[in-house]
Amino acid sequence: MSGIIGKKIGMTSVYDANGKYVPCTVIEAGPCVVTQIKTVETDGYTAVQLAFDDKKEKNTNKPLLGHFKKAGVTPKRKVAEFKEFTTEFQLGQSLSIADVLVEGDFVDVVGTSKGRGFQGVVKRHGFGGVGGQTHGQHNRQRHAGSVGACSFPARVFPGTRMAGRMGNNRVKVQNLTILKLIPEQNLVVISGSVPGAKNSYVLIEK
Amino acid sequence: MSNLISIVEQEYADRKSALPEFKAGDTVNVHVKIKEGNKERIQQYQGVVIQRKNSGNGESFTVRKVSNGVGVERIFPAVSPFIDKVELIRKGVVRRARIFYLRDKKGKSARIKESKKTEK
Repeated sequence: MSGIIGKKIGMTSVYDANGKYVPCTVIEAGPCVVTQIKTVETDGYTAVQLAFDDKKEKNTNKPLLGHFKKAGVTPKRKVAEFKEFTTEFQLGQSLSIADVLVEGDFVDVVGTSKGRGFQGVVKRHGFGGVGGQTHGQHNRQRHAGSVGACSFPARVFPGTRMAGRMGNNRVKVQNLTILKLIPEQNLVVISGSVPGAKNSYVLIEK
Repeated sequence: MSNLISIVEQEYADRKSALPEFKAGDTVNVHVKIKEGNKERIQQYQGVVIQRKNSGNGESFTVRKVSNGVGVERIFPAVSPFIDKVELIRKGVVRRARIFYLRDKKGKSARIKESKKTEK
C-alpha cells in the first residue's frame, strides 16, 4: 500500500456533504521525503522508505545521520516503509498529502495505542466481573474467576486471558474516510478516531 | 497545536459569525434548505428561540412555534450547511436563558415582551 506519515493533532467534528455531523481526527501529514528505495535486486522486495518531521543534527546518531545524508535530506524523527507505490521516486524527493491522498478515499490508519499500564481483566479483556457484592463476595468483584480445570490438564493453557500490561501496541484502524484535505497546512481530516495520543505519529495507508 | 484544529473549524466559525445575534426569547425566521431529489428549495420556519445549546461548531438552537394549535419545536444546528440564513424578527425580554415555561403557556400568557433597546 502507498501512504504517508503524519502526526495526530486532535479531534473535532465537521458537517459532511449530507449535512451529517461527523466526529473526525485532524492529522498533520507530510511533507515526507524519500530516504531509501528498496528493490528486488538489492533488498529482495520493493518498498519506498519515507521520513517525516525534522530533528536536530546533534540529536541524531551517526549511522542514521549517514543514512539521511545519502538521501541528501535533513535528519527526521520518524521513518517508515511503504510498499506498492505505483509511481517512480527519486532519493530525497518530497511528498505532500496532495500527491498521495484524495478526498473521499478510504484509508487505514496505523498508530501506537495509548499505554494503560497494568490493568485487570475487566478493562483489558472485557470480562464481566462478578456482578454483585452479595452471596459471599467481599473482595473479588473484578476478578477473573477460574483459569482452568483441576488434575486434568493440571496446568493453565497458554494464552489464557489475565491481567497485565495494556495498550502501547501497534493498532490499525481500517476503512476511515478522508473528509477533507487542506494542502496549505498539510492537514488531513479523517472520519472517526485514530489510535494513539495527540502528537503521536501515525501512518496513513491507502 | 490546537490552532491547527481551529483551521479546520474556521469554516464553521465564519458561518456562525454570519448569523445575527439572537438569544432565548427572540423571534427568528430560519431559512432551511430542503433537498428533494436533486432539486433544492428553501423553507421558512418562524418561531421563538427557547434555548441555545452547546458551543463551537456543535452549537444548536431550538425554535418553537404554535402551528394550528399544536406546539412545534425544531432544533437547528447553528452552523449546519442546511441553514441558508436566519432573520431576527423581534427581540424579546426574558429573564432566563432557557424559556421552557413557554410550553405550558397558551394564548395571552404565552406572549413575550418586546425589547425596547435599539441595536447600535
